[in-house]
Amino acid sequence: METSAIIQAFIAPLTIGGISAVLGALISITDKIVNNYGDLVIDINSGKRELEIKGGAPLLLTLAENGIFIPSACGGRGSCGACKVKVVTDVGPHLPTETPFLNKEEMADNVRLSCQIKVKENLQIEIPDSLFNVKQYAGTIEQIVDLTHDIKEVYVKLPEGSEIDFVCGQYGQFEAPPYDKIKTPTQRAYSMSSAPSDRSHLEFLIRLVPGGIVTTYVHEHLTEGQKINVVGPFGDFNVKDTAATMICVAGGSGMAPFKSIFNHMIDTGEIQTREIWFFFGARTKNDLFYLDWLNELDAEYEKFHFVAALSEPQPEDNWDGATGLITEVLAKFLTDKVDRSQPLEGYLCGSPGMLDACMAVMRQFELSEDKIYFDKFA
Amino acid sequence: MTPVISPFSLFFASIFTSNILLANFLGMCSFISISKDMKSSNGLGLAVTVVLTVTTGINWAVLQLLEALGLVYLRYIVFIIVIAAVVQMLEMIIDRISRPLYMSLGIFLPLITVNCAILGVSLFMEIRDYSFWQSVVFGLGSGLGWWLSILALSAIRKKLDKAPVPAGLKGAGITLITIGFMAMAFMGFSGMLQVQ
Repeated sequence: METSAIIQAFIAPLTIGGISAVLGALISITDKIVNNYGDLVIDINSGKRELEIKGGAPLLLTLAENGIFIPSACGGRGSCGACKVKVVTDVGPHLPTETPFLNKEEMADNVRLSCQIKVKENLQIEIPDSLFNVKQYAGTIEQIVDLTHDIKEVYVKLPEGSEIDFVCGQYGQFEAPPYDKIKTPTQRAYSMSSAPSDRSHLEFLIRLVPGGIVTTYVHEHLTEGQKINVVGPFGDFNVKDTAATMICVAGGSGMAPFKSIFNHMIDTGEIQTREIWFFFGARTKNDLFYLDWLNELDAEYEKFHFVAALSEPQPEDNWDGATGLITEVLAKFLTDKVDRSQPLEGYLCGSPGMLDACMAVMRQFELSEDKIYFDKFA
Repeated sequence: MTPVISPFSLFFASIFTSNILLANFLGMCSFISISKDMKSSNGLGLAVTVVLTVTTGINWAVLQLLEALGLVYLRYIVFIIVIAAVVQMLEMIIDRISRPLYMSLGIFLPLITVNCAILGVSLFMEIRDYSFWQSVVFGLGSGLGWWLSILALSAIRKKLDKAPVPAGLKGAGITLITIGFMAMAFMGFSGMLQVQ
């Protein structure tokens, strides 16, 4: 009697489970048969590289498995729109998941989101040559330093024997492994703050973003000695090879590329010959960092000028430097201090709001749009 | 007990007199939203027809199993699982065989899973005690009926685009009124043949 009651209790879930299992098996069999595209070839930049691959997987993944890393912040979920690739072969019209990230010119130019299109035939694609230089490094965290209450300096040692070749201003993708409720590895982009001459290390300045997957991981879980994946270098924010005066503006962790740039200029000696103004904006003294180092540069090099500006200095800060929004301070210095008879170039790194406001100020001082270079946090 | 009806009459009855859309009002949401565009209507009609025919057949077999085990009360959940799986497979197959069709159907292909006409036909099949062949024919006929209705509605809506519709009735309003007229027209067939 009792056994039959147990059977009665289990028969319903078992039946549903059984039916689902049969259907699941049917789906996998169909998938194996239908989505088997066999061995295919991807031709990159008309013959520069040819990859022999197994078809059926998304292009982004297929390329990454073969050592070609297209920038992607969301890891292939189609939410960041970074993994754009020009696909010369006709692979059908743009998908609804692609169109929000592409403008008219890109659509006409066959630019696709590589995470959304599957490799189903031999493909011919075009990518910037610089992406051939991009590699994935299994780095080790050598040091973590608290710069402010919400910014950490993370120093990563690249694996033994590997070196990275990058231009200051470029960024790398830092991968947080799955943790807590985050089930998949997540990559986010951060500018390198180390100098390119330090080829066996990468340094990032990572500010805690409330709710941010990777920044929360870095601030709450990451420890020294831990292994971490870094992919790079990416990006085209760099110092132009001219003699123009550099007007640099940074906010918060936007300091990163400038640390790299100034250290590189010290290495090359350019810091002695080129006029540089560096404006660093923060709210209170608690948000400032690297002050001693930058003030030293200011004192040591005649042509390097450092201006820190606090928008809300607290009484206990005893602040005697520039006060006000970074845009106001920038406007004041451009009016009074900066020699505007020389050609100027703008370099900006920070939040989109700050960047747009600073660009508006620069335009007022007749800095043309094509002379303003920026790295916007996304 | 339901009188036994030949598959042949059932086929025509399910298209015209008991049209799944216009007599039973099932599958209305995609009917109203997709009928804006004739090309998508055509593709969706084809997909619904294929899914209906296949799932009604499979669900008939599954229902026999459930009846044997005394688990008929599980039919809703099992029918939905079968429908979801069939749509998944169909999606992969269409993608492989005909990319243009796959592209034109887009998101509406996976959405067939939640089209109530599909589940409705499986449930009608159950309460009316259809045999296997009756079920398949009923599924096919209902699908063709759905296809016919959405094509007709999209054609009418194309004309309506140029008609002087009062502002307050534009869009869904006039579409619902149109569907009402269509349903009345289809009611004209109902005297010929009844399936219940």
